[in-house]
Amino acid sequence: MPGQSVGAVQSQRANFDQPLHLRSGGVLPAYDLVYETYGTLNAAKSNAILVCHALSGHHHVAGHYADQPDNIGWWDNIIGPGRPLDTDRFFIVGLNNLGGCHGSTGPSSPNPATGKPWGAGFPMVAVIDWVHAQARLADLLGIDSWAAVMGGSLGGMQALRWSITYPERVRNAIVIAAAPKLSAQNIAFNDVARQAILTDPDFHGGNYYEFDTRPVRGLRLARMLGHITYLSDDQMGEKFGRELRNSAFSFGFDVEFEVESYLRYQGDKFAGYFDANTYLLMTKALDYFDPSREDNGDLNATMARSKANFLIASFTTDWRFTPARSKEIVAALLANGRNVSYAEIDLNFGHDSFLMEDAHYHGVVDAYLRNIKL
Amino acid sequence: MTHTLGRPDFELIAHWIEPGHRVLDLGCGDGTLLKHLIDTRGVQGVGVEIDDANVLAAIKNGINVIQGNLERGLDVFADQAFDHVVLSRTLQTVRHTEGILREMLRVGCEAVVSFPNFAYWKNLRSVLDGRMPVSEDLPYQWYDSPNVRFFTLLDFEALCDKMGLIIRERSVLDEAGNPVETEANFLGSLAVYRLTCKR
Repeated sequence: MPGQSVGAVQSQRANFDQPLHLRSGGVLPAYDLVYETYGTLNAAKSNAILVCHALSGHHHVAGHYADQPDNIGWWDNIIGPGRPLDTDRFFIVGLNNLGGCHGSTGPSSPNPATGKPWGAGFPMVAVIDWVHAQARLADLLGIDSWAAVMGGSLGGMQALRWSITYPERVRNAIVIAAAPKLSAQNIAFNDVARQAILTDPDFHGGNYYEFDTRPVRGLRLARMLGHITYLSDDQMGEKFGRELRNSAFSFGFDVEFEVESYLRYQGDKFAGYFDANTYLLMTKALDYFDPSREDNGDLNATMARSKANFLIASFTTDWRFTPARSKEIVAALLANGRNVSYAEIDLNFGHDSFLMEDAHYHGVVDAYLRNIKL
Repeated sequence: MTHTLGRPDFELIAHWIEPGHRVLDLGCGDGTLLKHLIDTRGVQGVGVEIDDANVLAAIKNGINVIQGNLERGLDVFADQAFDHVVLSRTLQTVRHTEGILREMLRVGCEAVVSFPNFAYWKNLRSVLDGRMPVSEDLPYQWYDSPNVRFFTLLDFEALCDKMGLIIRERSVLDEAGNPVETEANFLGSLAVYRLTCKR
């Protein structure tokens, strides 16, 4: 891998005591955001890049913790000295979004009104709410305008939303493996995942914290389903095929095929640390995302409000957010005469491709960022 | 196909394009022509390119480039979004000849098309000598050529006539890049056309 890791990093916490009025009508009277930064903010404060996370991501984007050398950030391969998000040049900010379960205020945080975890009482958060909260973090850090806002999947939707809601504060938006809104099929997958959680007897209407339990089975199923949709058929075929763990069929329901073993392992791992209420909130934020709703579905009119330059990238094997969905964004930007480049990257990892290290993919991001004037 | 600076058809194309115009370059390669037009004519440019390495090179050159396959049309572009749509030395590599010409004039007011003339006398002589032509404007061996359509100036003009396309201007160059005034279909190695259609 060219370049280096940012090395040991520390997370920080910021408290915001101004109420945040949410799209759902709810209000968060005060909240915490945990975040990490890499590199150095320049004197003009013009070199900051915000990296937004996807469904299960968080603020630990790059590097590792001094006392946890194996806890490596989720997008470490693209950030660091000599990497596309070059910390010798840029100041990178990653945070955990509201409603998350990695330290920012979310359903498992104590509700100041009751002293008990928010649970089901945590208000529904939308992508635009995250962007408003991120803008307050930018204020705190003294960043008037981002050199770039960047993300993959749900993270790319936040970058898109930034460009629409705060056009003066985003000079470049890098939107990877995203879509301007979810399709019926996307929403359907999310709903099956939610149903798995909501019907788990340990869910207790979202207040499972009080029962000292967690809807592990539902969350595990939700993740197994989601995981299938993040991979490509070809990749699963290559990786697992019809391989059996033992050489013969056992004619039972225990793990037999390697793909079952893999999915169950992924489900167990995820259910072990992730919060089910956060999963519900994140999938709803995905479902609700549709900035063109403000313009009666006319995405061209919506993107007319943006002023940023754009890099849009999709992956040939991504069937969750196909290249055609990215091209909808490209078309709307072209219709408004915006500066936009679009790369359709041939990678075999389905939707998850955006997290992979690939010389061409990273070369495209690197080339784009090198041309950004600070 | 990668553009090289100093190509005589580039100068012709640049001459036809007004400052500030909106230009779409199909098969833009590394973006050299667009960069030239942006630097010298102040145009607003967008390129379309299929090849990964060229897309990367165009982004490095600071060009707006959209990765896509011309054979599948120009769906991401709105009707009449451009003043000029350029297809430089690429038409002979496209299977859907009529489709791409129609698409060019859907998204643009004017199409600028350059292509090698297969009836150029040296090409004809080469075939008479028993070998497929290889020249400055046809720089490939038969087995590695990206060209899938082989046609002449007269062939192209007949197609324009059939499709109702209007030829506003034509320039023909010999292999050295000098203008050819007479016997163009025989003496011309490369042709550049400006096309519009009736609206």
